[in-house]
Amino acid sequence: MDISTVSGPQARSLPVNRSPRGALQGKKRTGLSGFSRQRIRTAWLFLLPMILGLACVAGWPLLRTFYLGFTDSSLSNLDGANFIGFENYLVYDQGEWYGILADSLWWRAVGNTVYITLLSVSLETVLGVLVALILHAKFPGRGLVRAAILIPWAIPTVVSAKMWGWMLHDQYGVINDLLMSLHLISSPVAWTVNPDTVLGTIVAVDVWKTTPFMALLTLAALQMLPKDCYEAARVDGIHPIKVFFKVTLPLIKPALVVAVVFRMLDALRIFDLIYILTSNSEDTMSISIYARQQLIDFQQVGYGSAASTLVFLLVFGLTLGYIFATRLKFDGSGDH
Amino acid sequence: MKALKRRTGQVLFALAVLALLIYTIFPFYIAILTSLQGGEGSFYLLQDFDFSNYVSVFREQPFFLNILNSALVSFGTVAISLLIAVTASYALARVHFRGRTTLLLTVLGVSMFPQVAVLSGMFELVRLLGLYNNLGSLVLSYTVFSLPFSVWILTTFMRGIPKDLEEAAIVDGATPWQIITRIFMPVLWPALVTTGLLAFIGAWNEFMFAITFILSNEQRTVPVAISMISGGSQYEMPWGPIMAASVIVTVPLILLVLVFQRKIVEGLTAGAVKG
Repeated sequence: MDISTVSGPQARSLPVNRSPRGALQGKKRTGLSGFSRQRIRTAWLFLLPMILGLACVAGWPLLRTFYLGFTDSSLSNLDGANFIGFENYLVYDQGEWYGILADSLWWRAVGNTVYITLLSVSLETVLGVLVALILHAKFPGRGLVRAAILIPWAIPTVVSAKMWGWMLHDQYGVINDLLMSLHLISSPVAWTVNPDTVLGTIVAVDVWKTTPFMALLTLAALQMLPKDCYEAARVDGIHPIKVFFKVTLPLIKPALVVAVVFRMLDALRIFDLIYILTSNSEDTMSISIYARQQLIDFQQVGYGSAASTLVFLLVFGLTLGYIFATRLKFDGSGDH
Repeated sequence: MKALKRRTGQVLFALAVLALLIYTIFPFYIAILTSLQGGEGSFYLLQDFDFSNYVSVFREQPFFLNILNSALVSFGTVAISLLIAVTASYALARVHFRGRTTLLLTVLGVSMFPQVAVLSGMFELVRLLGLYNNLGSLVLSYTVFSLPFSVWILTTFMRGIPKDLEEAAIVDGATPWQIITRIFMPVLWPALVTTGLLAFIGAWNEFMFAITFILSNEQRTVPVAISMISGGSQYEMPWGPIMAASVIVTVPLILLVLVFQRKIVEGLTAGAVKG
């Protein structure tokens, strides 16, 4: 107990200085620096597996993707590829533009992805806050309800896509049957095929699956709020809705902003849901679907890698833009 | 008058909770219903208990193997990423060295990667290591994608552990490895459960790498197996078996969520709110 009240470094330096070896290492000035140097060396040793792992299995593949994007490599000919510069991206040949940036399908995929992201993230933010407010109130069975809303988040996207694909089936689907018996629609709608409804359908299924995430993050923020200002507001007789917009919302905004970053990153790389629900339809193609199709289905590794690089840049750029726009601070150094 | 107003408020609130529950659970109800119905039946009511869809899931494809594969890959991912993350986050949380913040931010940056951005490079690596069509390729890629948030969550938790414990151990001459295994592990296990759960769910659910790196039916994981269930023709999807398979995969996850609800929420929020 005594020792921990003495300031750390002195306490630690004692045993080192006492030993003859510590005296021999006199060049290292004090035992303290020797100790903390050794500690730092151990720290790097501990970090080594992570750094090596991330460098070899994330960093290296990413760099290779960047590189392959500048080659004409194909799946059957991965090694014998030629460097072709920016030709995968954009090239002018005999009066025509070629490359990803000249491909209208790519731009359509970009449009779809941005549309889905904007709509889905804003809807689930609003819904998530509503759900969080409900769960913040005390009522019997709250724990069970909270567990129930976690389930859509926990199941594989493939499963939720299949479940909704079945419910949205044009002939046997429950959704059409429900809407028709409510007289909201007069004839069955092919939700996942009709170009007018298919993007909205994807957003709806995505919102169903990801609102829990938003709600739980918001709930955590709500639970950290100080209780006294609510007491004050209630004593003053201020309407709850006004309290929400004037007090609650500004206080939970930082948490919401972070949650939105995480969801945005996820939505921008949307793949599974679209792949299962509408497979390769051009109406719903996302940038990830486009890149993977070129890469694996068409076996054009060079072209596909260039598309993947663009996906990376797009996601990275949009996220950085958002972080700067909201002046979000990622502080990794806090000790408390 | 006031009592009436409160009563209406309570009823409205109850209705909101009910609507939320129906919205969340209705798709599962329909899935279970469909999976238990042999042929034509009611949309909304369970009329017979017919397990033929469940039988056919296991007969038409090596579904049992698929489940086993998923479990192997998920547990492997959890074990390896926890092992690496614990030592790394000890260094990140407890030792002051230059470049610590940069390193932490880089790790966080990796979790931002769109999977497709590393797909071709990873494909090459997987072939190079001879892991193509091998579950090892999935453990490798999932570990990398679960490491960042594991490190992030564990670092946050470790910062909260009082320094006295560790300092007393240092004075007694404990090595860093002993400090981690003897002092931190017992305090840390709730955080490990949380992190492990998130890594498990992530690996259990992953689809893009699984459909790209695995070719044969016997090596496939569950999400891909479900996506591959198809009928006699393109227009005739076997919805009964698909729903049965979906229910089978979802049940363990529901159990996990019900048992570990608190831990999962803790992990989700520790990773994001404190970020």
